[in-house]
Order: sequence, then structure tokens, then C-alpha cells
Amino acid sequence: MTALPVPLPLSGESVSRRAYWALANTLVLTKRSMARIAREPEQLLDVTIQPVIFVLLFTYVFGSAIALPGGGSYHEYLIGGMFGMAMAGTAPGTAVGISTDMKSGLIDRFRALPISRAAVLAGRVISDLSTQVLGSAVLIVTGLCVGWGIHRGPVDAVAAIAITLFSAFAMTWAGACAGMMLTNPEAAQALGFIVFLPLSFVSNAFVPTQGMPGWLRAVANWNPLSAVAASCRNLFGNPNPAARVGAWPMQHPELAAVLWSVGLTVVFAPLAVLLYRRKAF
Amino acid sequence: MALAVEASELTRRFGSTTALDGLDLAVEAGTVVGLLGPNGAGKTTAVRVLTTLLRPDRGTARVAGHDVVSEAGEVRRLIGLAGQYAALDESLSGRANLVMVGQLCRLSGRRARRRADELLARFDLLDAARRGVKTYSGGMRRRLDLAASLVARPEVLFLDEPTTGLDPRSRLVMWEVIRTLVADGTTVLLTTQYLDEADQLADRVVVVDHGRVIAEGTPGELKASVGAQRLEIAVAPGSDLGAAAGVLARNGSGPVHLDRGRNLVAVPFAAGARRLPAVLAELSEAGVLLDDLSILRPSLDDVFLTLTGHAATPEPAERPKEAELV
Repeated sequence: MTALPVPLPLSGESVSRRAYWALANTLVLTKRSMARIAREPEQLLDVTIQPVIFVLLFTYVFGSAIALPGGGSYHEYLIGGMFGMAMAGTAPGTAVGISTDMKSGLIDRFRALPISRAAVLAGRVISDLSTQVLGSAVLIVTGLCVGWGIHRGPVDAVAAIAITLFSAFAMTWAGACAGMMLTNPEAAQALGFIVFLPLSFVSNAFVPTQGMPGWLRAVANWNPLSAVAASCRNLFGNPNPAARVGAWPMQHPELAAVLWSVGLTVVFAPLAVLLYRRKAF
Repeated sequence: MALAVEASELTRRFGSTTALDGLDLAVEAGTVVGLLGPNGAGKTTAVRVLTTLLRPDRGTARVAGHDVVSEAGEVRRLIGLAGQYAALDESLSGRANLVMVGQLCRLSGRRARRRADELLARFDLLDAARRGVKTYSGGMRRRLDLAASLVARPEVLFLDEPTTGLDPRSRLVMWEVIRTLVADGTTVLLTTQYLDEADQLADRVVVVDHGRVIAEGTPGELKASVGAQRLEIAVAPGSDLGAAAGVLARNGSGPVHLDRGRNLVAVPFAAGARRLPAVLAELSEAGVLLDDLSILRPSLDDVFLTLTGHAATPEPAERPKEAELV
């Protein structure tokens, strides 16, 4: 049998060495989540088939009945909203994944190993974010097929996608917290419907907020998802009726989306790590 | 001798339930200690505290020389955990699971793969190495789980009910595997609900109930405290029950118990199997025909009845509670 290197005591380790191993652990755990997807590709339905169905449903079924304030094509309008929805959609997936690991006892195995406390969560978040990159690609191709286009420069387009992914990153931390608190995957799944579906619809993702009743309009205009959708429409050069809305986030959608994402990350990332450490403590 | 596990006055409450109520424990390095108790006795909670998964409300514990709360990182480097609550990734292959654990324990990819293959071979899982864990049988799963806990060659191994829910054959295989580990010098703390399992594997047995140690000793001492094994015979219809009772009375170590309705005769039988041929010869001389014969060893229930005056099986209401807690 081969001998293992003698493990170094954690307390005597330099900060840089700890950081190195935290990263290495994160990488191993990211690979693990990705390998799961390779074995169970149906996990990707959320980011592949579902956006295609939504785009087709909304452009051809609902879109014909929706008039945009200020004019413009609904086909062009919809894709920005789909980016917004995709960003919110990462959270339930993360929640279900983490609660499944909690329930199976896998998290206990990780917690009993000498690994960085944040690595387990970071691995999951990074893997979920990568599937979102795939989702964005699917969305772009689908959009191009139904007559959506990018009408501003490549820098703006990249900025739009970057804002979407940063928001998705922020939302996965919220999902991680939810997954840790609900150790039952079915409950985490239900949370997706109860919180994230309304969050998606009470926004400007699918319809302009101008037609909503006053209080609901206020919620929709301040919804982070609306900020992401409006930023995408702005930066892709698509029709953006939100520009006619006086609410501050709709006047500065890019800044609002970034601020929302920073805020969500600052709150939920440390909270997720805290919950992970304190779980069952 | 050095202590691999040293716990004193461990206390842990969950709401109004007291899972650990001042538990003391000492495990000498290189030995196997069985933590024996019924469901809900606090065995799993004790293992969770000792493996740094749970913080005790009161009391201290040191594992492999390190405090489980203030030096949790060091403890995690030196222990392995397998059993009820440390699982594997169902959707990965057995090999991928072991490689992952190896890499998390700071082995290079190549060494992690080599270590995984070593362990797969040792636990007879090479054929299933590349299949998803979800296709594994209960016995294979436990073996893989145990393999995962051994990747980093722990000094102290915690096995939480390693054979609960396994069929008898898989159970024997698991016992064999655990015995080989012990021969390698690993310190093992295992929890079990089965007296015969503790008897088979453990050098010392610690009996816990309601979060406290209620008895401690070698399996032999423990059984002796409970009383001897019993010899029970079922006499064939038409044979002389009285004659059978006479033979058993001469050979037994206590009063004969007669069940005329079921044609059963039983007696405390301290002499054990060595004495059995003589008993059989006497029975046949007396013209008694047998339907069945068994030597009954004291069960966990007997141990608990003797030690605590209540049966090992908890009231049904207690079960779901522990499931929620952990």
C-alpha cells in the first residue's frame, strides 16, 4: 500500500496555502456537480428545453395580444425578460440540489472532512452558474430563430450577459440559503413555485408594467428581475418600455441590477456559509 | 495506553428531548469499542459530537488527542465516518465517489485514483466500480461507504450502525471487513443495536440508554451480568415431557421452565455447547424424541431488562423524533 503524505495541522497552515486548498476543494466539488449532470442530463431541462418552450409560448400565444407602450416587436421585447427569468431560475435549482445533499447525508460526509467550509457551497454555486451559461446560449439561439436581434455593439451585448450572470450568481446564494433551511428537496422545489414563479411574473419580464395596478406596478418596477430584463433590452437595443417608467431602477437598470446583485451576494453568501457551519450545531 | 477517544459529561438537548445526558466514554487506541443501545439511546448523537458534526451543550471530548470543538479541523484529518448519516453521491459511480473523497483529502488526481482502486479491490467492488451508486445493493453501499471513510487512512474510525438494515449474508461480509480493519490497528468506535454484533466485533461494550452509560465491560462480562444462555427443547408429541424436564434439571444451572401447551422445556444452561452431547445422550436414553433444540443467548432486550428494567424497544412515539433531530 502506498503511504499518504502526513496531513498538516490546519492551525499551522499559512493563509495562502489554505486559500490554495480551498480553491482546489472547490474545483473538485464543482467537477462533482458537473459529473452528476453528465450522468443525468435531464437535470439540464430547466436551462435547455424550458426556455425554448417559454419563448415559443410567449411569442406566438400571448405575444400577439400584448401591445408595447412606445411600440416595437414583442419577439424582440421578450428575450430580455427571458434573461431576467433565467437569472431568477437558478435559485430553486440550487436550493433543490443542496437540500438533496443535506437529506442524503452527503453534506455530513463533507462536513466531517478537513475541507474548507465554503468549498461545498461554492462548488455548487459555480456549477449551477455554468449551466446558466449554457442556458444563455440556448436562449440566444432560440431568440435569433424567432426574430430577436442584437442591435448594439458587442461590448454592450457582453455587458448584458455579464449582468445576467452576476445576478444569477447572487440568486444562487439565496437558493443555497433556502436549500440549507429546507432540508427536504420537495419543500425546496415548492419554494421555487411559491417564490420564484411570482417573482418572475410580477416584473416586466413578460409584460410591460404600465398596465398593472399601482401597488403591483411599484413592486414590479423595483423587482431585481425587472432591472436585469430592462438592462438586457437596453444593452441589446431591443424595445424597452420600462424606459418610460419613472421609478429609479427603471431609469438606471444596469446600475440597479448590479446593486441588487451586490446586495444579494453580500447578504446571502455569508449567511449560506454561516448556515452550513451551524447546521445541526 | 493512550486514549483515542475521551469524552466526559457530554450533554446535548434538542428542544425538550435530552439526547446526551452526561455521557462519559474512553476508547483505548487500537481497540474496538461497541456503543450498544436501542433506537433513541443517544448513540448517533454521540457519534455526531465526536465527529465534529454536532456541538455539545456541555462537556468535552477529545478524539485522537484533539478537542472536537476547538480543534475540529485537526480532528477531521484523523477520523473516518461511515454509517447511517454519512452518505455518498448517488448519481456518481462508486469509483468517482472515492476519487472525489481522495482529492478532497488532498491527494493528487493520480494518487486519489490509485487509492480508490485499492479500496474497491479490497471491498470486492471492482466489478461495480463504474456503475452509479444508485444501482448498488444495500450491502455494496455500506461497503463503499466504509471504503470512503478509509480513503485518508484515519486513526480513529466511527461506524454508525454499520449493518442495520442489511441481510444476514451482507452482515457477515461487513463483519469480516471490519475485522480486517481492526487487525490493521485502526481504533474503531461502532454503534449497534445488536448484542451479537458487539459480541463479534468489540473488545469492550458500552451500553447506553437515555443518553447515559448504564453498563460497561467486555462482551463476556456483560453477558455474565445478564445471566447465562438457556437451553430450550421442543419435545415430539407423545414423548415424555416429565422425563425431558428431569434430564434438563440435572444438566441445567437453574430452575426448569415447563410449557406443556407447546411441549417446550427450557433451563438456564451455563455449561454451553460443550455439555450438549451429554444432554442429548441422556435424552435419548430416557426415550425422549425431539422436534427442535436451541441454545438461546441473552438478547439486547434481556440486557436492557436486566440493567434498566425496561425493554430495549422504545415506545413508538420516540422514533420519529430522533429522525427529525438528526
